[in-house]
Formats: sequence, C-alpha cells, structure tokens
Amino acid sequence: MIVSELQLALPEIFIAAMACVVLIADLFVSDERRGLTHSLALLVLAFAGIITLRLMMPVGETVTAFSETFVRDRFGDILKLFAYLVLIGVFVYAKHFLRMAGLYKGEFYSLSLFALLGVMIMISASSLLTVYLGLELLALSSYALVALNRDSARGAEAAMKYFILGSLASGILLFGMSLIYGATGSLALSEIAGALGQAASGDALLAFGLVFLVVGIAFKLGAVPFHMWLPDVYHGAPVAVTLLIASLPKIGYLALAIRLLADGMGPMHEDWQAMLAVLAALSLVLGNVVAIAQSNIKRMLAYSTISHVGFILLGLLAASPAGYAAATFYTLVYALMSAGAFAMIILLSANGIEAENLDDFKGLNARSPWFALMMLMLMFSLAGIPVFVGFFAKWQVIAAAIDAGFTGLAILAVVTAVIGAFYYLRVVKLMYFDEPENTTPVTAPFDFQTVLSINGLAMLGLGLFSGGLISLCISAFS
Amino acid sequence: MPIIEIIFYLFGGVLTLSALSVITSRNPVYSVLFLVLCFFSAACIWLLLEAEFLAITLVLVYVGAVMVLFLFVVMMLDINLTKLKAGFARYLPVGILVALAMAAQLFILVWSRGLDSQVLVHAADEGSNTRLLGEVLFTEYLYPFEIAGFILLVAIVAAIMLTHRRRPQTKYQDPSQQVRIRREDRVRLVRVESEGEDS
Repeated sequence: MIVSELQLALPEIFIAAMACVVLIADLFVSDERRGLTHSLALLVLAFAGIITLRLMMPVGETVTAFSETFVRDRFGDILKLFAYLVLIGVFVYAKHFLRMAGLYKGEFYSLSLFALLGVMIMISASSLLTVYLGLELLALSSYALVALNRDSARGAEAAMKYFILGSLASGILLFGMSLIYGATGSLALSEIAGALGQAASGDALLAFGLVFLVVGIAFKLGAVPFHMWLPDVYHGAPVAVTLLIASLPKIGYLALAIRLLADGMGPMHEDWQAMLAVLAALSLVLGNVVAIAQSNIKRMLAYSTISHVGFILLGLLAASPAGYAAATFYTLVYALMSAGAFAMIILLSANGIEAENLDDFKGLNARSPWFALMMLMLMFSLAGIPVFVGFFAKWQVIAAAIDAGFTGLAILAVVTAVIGAFYYLRVVKLMYFDEPENTTPVTAPFDFQTVLSINGLAMLGLGLFSGGLISLCISAFS
Repeated sequence: MPIIEIIFYLFGGVLTLSALSVITSRNPVYSVLFLVLCFFSAACIWLLLEAEFLAITLVLVYVGAVMVLFLFVVMMLDINLTKLKAGFARYLPVGILVALAMAAQLFILVWSRGLDSQVLVHAADEGSNTRLLGEVLFTEYLYPFEIAGFILLVAIVAAIMLTHRRRPQTKYQDPSQQVRIRREDRVRLVRVESEGEDS
C-alpha cells in the first residue's frame, strides 16, 4: 500500500531528490563550467515532465495518499506540467542575465527547484497542513532568491519587504486555518467541506476563518488592497528573479486558492464570492490605472500583474467548474506571457545593467525587427487583443463571470481591459515609431533566442488553436 | 504521594529562584547560566508529569543549542551594563503591573479549575509519549514531516548563500601556505659594507 502511495507522489519525490543532487553536484563544478548545473536542472525538469505525463490521472479521477494529506488529480497534473514548462523557460532566460550580471550561482538552480517543489506540494495538497507547508517552502526559496544580488541595496530592501509582508500573509493564512480547524475539527480539506455542509450558516468562527483565508490568499496573489509589496519586489529583485517570481508562483497560488476555497470552503462559496468580487474590482481598476503612470517597465508589469490577478479572481468567484477552468486557463497563459515579457527586458539588458526603462524599448524595430515582433505579440496578448491567446483567456473568464451572474463586474473588467490596452500599446508605439536611443545590435545566445521566439509565437499559436488548451483545462474540473 | 509533592516544590522553588536570578544578577554570563538552570528545572517538572518528550526537547534544544548561542553572543558583545541598568527604576512600576496582571490571570485559571486532580491527567498509559508522538509523526503525518525537513534545508541553503560568499577584499590566513613558506621567501640577506676607520 505504501509503495503505491509513493508512486502517486513520484514527481514530488523526484524533484525533491534531484534538487538535492543539483545542490551537491554544483559544489564540484567550477565557476567556468556552471553550464553543467544548468543542463542538469533542465534535464531534471524534462524527466519530471515525462514522469508526470506517464502517470497522468484520467479525467475525473481523484486519489488521496499519506492519510489524506496528498491528492492526485488531473487538475494537479496539468498545473505541474505547466510549472515544469515555465521553469524551463525561466532557466534559459535567467542564465543569460545571471551571466552578464555576475550572479551565475548554483544556488539559483537549487533554490528554484525547491520553489518548484513548494508549488507542486501546494498543487497536490489536500490538507491545511500541506497547503501551508508548500506555501512556506515556496516563499522561503523566493525570499532568498530576491536577495540573490547581495551587494545591491535595492535588492536587499526588496527582499526585506517581501520577507516581512510575506510572513505577515502566511501568519494571517495560518490564523484563518487554525480558526477553521477549531470550528470543523479536521485538517483534511474534504472533511472540512463535509463539516461545513452540516454546519449552521452564520457561524462567526467560520466566517472569521474564511476572511483570514481570503486575505492570506489575496496577499500572496497581490490583489488590491494587499498589493503594496508587489511593485517594489518586482522592481528591486534582479530581473532574472523577477521573471521567476512573476510566473511560477502564480500557478501555485491559483492551486492554493482553488484547493482552499473550492475544495475546502466550497459550501461557503456565497460568502467568499462577495469578498473575491471586491478584491477583483479593486485590482482591475487600480492595476490598470496606475500602470499607465509608470515609466519603469518592471513596475509597469507589476501593476499589470495586479490587474491580471483581478481577472484570475473573476474566474474563481464564479465558483463553478467553468469558472475554475477559466481561471486555470488564464493563469497558465499569464505565466507564459509574463515570462516572455520579462525575458524581453533581459534581451535588451547589456553588461548586466537592466533595461528597465520604457525608453530602452525605443526604436527596437530598427535594432531587431524579429524581437520587436515578438514583443508586439506578447504585448498584444497581455492587452487581450483578438487572435492572441490573452484575448481568449479574458473571454473565458468574463463568460464564466456572466454565467454566474456577475454582469456588472464583467462590464468593469472589459472597461478596465480597454484602459489597460493603452500602456501595452505604448510599448508597441515606442518600438515601432520612435527613434532608437542606442543603436547597438541586440545579441543573445542561441538557446535564449529560440525559447523567446517560441514563447512569442506561442501567443499567436495558442490563440489560433486555443481550443485544445481550453478543453484541457475544462477536463481538469469535470 | 507526599514525596512527589516535595520534589515538585523543590524543583519549582529552584525554578522560581533561578528565574529571579536571571533578571537580578549583574553579570550577563551569570544570567545566562541561571537561565540554563531555569530551563533544566522546568524540564525536571515535565519529567515529573511524565511528559518526557517535552523535557528532552527542552534540554536538547534550549539548553543544548539556544543557550550556548546566547552565551556566545553575551561573551562576544561588549554590552554596556550601566546603560541597561539605568532604566530599571523607571520601568519598575509597569513591570510590577504586568507581573501582577499575569499572577492574577494564573490565579483565576487555577481557581476556576478547582485545583482538582483532573488538572494532572496521565495520558501516557499506553507507553511513553515519545513513542506515541513518533508513531503519529512517521505514519499519519509522514508527508508533512518530510516537507518540514525540506523547509529547514532551504533555510540553511538560503542562509549560507546570503552570508557565506568569498569576498576578494577580506584578509584571511591560508595555513597551508604559511606552513610551506621557505626561509628565502621571508629573509633577505643584505651585504652591508663595514664602515672603514678612515671615513
């Protein structure tokens, strides 16, 4: 019995073991041959992908293991596969920047793999305890990664902010969990849902617990009014790390929200729907409006993240399988778009100095027409212009919200998306219609160029053939 | 069981006295040593209650690790004691107030539970509680327990990554190089012309 349980958790066990192997192996690798660590990390991710694909759960089947602390279902497998994919992209992009900035350390790889392990544990959690432990594993690795450049005062400040506010958020979440444990008498999410079904509505203890849970999730996702840390952390961290924390953890936080709210607190969905509606509306408005005022592209993308979080919440608050599928689709697409956009900053960075101002994108078309086109696709997709995949993500989410009866919120989402299109299109205007300030040609290693091209073209490709990914996400919740 | 009660009051008395000494002794090293005694007495009381796992953990973790660290810090830092003592009289009223409030709370707690024998419930009838805890930890909570181990590993990796980095400007000794030194590397023989008598 225990062997079959171990087999269910094989992807987690594999990543955990290999993260340790990468950690140890890197000690024997000299600085000039750090490429070995890089290749090993990529190989680990590819193998983890193969293992997960081979053990993929069939539609609608759910198995729990380790005394109901671990759950394996199709939703989890899909998210894990995308997490590997995103991390492969992040490693290829980050290598180029870390090399230029002199931060090419083996710890980046081991800590990133541990962060991935945290994300996977969260994705496969079926108990409050495992949800929390996965979250902490991810958070602790991210705090350390933000401080990767120890000599940068800005990086240290960002790491401190991230650490303090992140700990606060974890504390709030833990407090909510303890209240819910006190009210229901169980840590397993399925048993909590069962106990909630029988509990009388209007229980003050449960209501308090739920509020703390939602606040904790909102903090982690960066939804307004708990978004303060996000722009500073994105801005202060080295861009290779910003790339990581802007893409991979979002997949984990989506799982966190769905596991806690849908699986655990499902019977109380009327209560949390209203809370998420407020968070979504505020995030959509503030994120899109404040992003217009930014001249730093990292901060602009940070505020754009806040607005996208609003869209993800819009899908979640529908509290229906279609809504969860839409939110999942949106998150996966967002992780790819955001990774591509930060990779463009790395592409334009020279000598380890980050090209973080909007002016750095001036006249990119003259310097490199191909990558200007890639950035155009990424920006169009982020803005939600038809044909690109970002449009279908927004479409799905808004359709789910309307089905659930949140028409007003859906209209607000459309209006703010139009406002938001302004700052994405401004980047396109800078690239195509302004004179370049420096005319040095854009250079990058071959693997970086290939992955970035695939990433950019995927925006168009996934948009044209969006049906496959959408039906995959829907199959996760049927 | 009067003998158990006598032992309890003995340990309790030592605990209280050493706790008092922690805050009254002038030498911080004495304070730390009294704190060790304080923890040890508390561990003994726990043993008396048959909670031997807590007792062992207290001695291992707090006395063994944390207090040694405290001692290191106290010995290495040159703390100006007169400055610390200056505020003693000023903060005394608030300190007494807090102490009284805590005593009152404890009193209410004890009084409300009626000081019956039900306060001391012997849970460890089916074996030692270390074994019981271990059994739950390695079966039911195996998965979370392993994850907690990884969290600690990440904490170690992160701490080492952030603090231990070779900095070129730091001066450190290389013993092997010191041992391998030859006379020729350090001593230079200079031939000095003797001063003649005629100069």
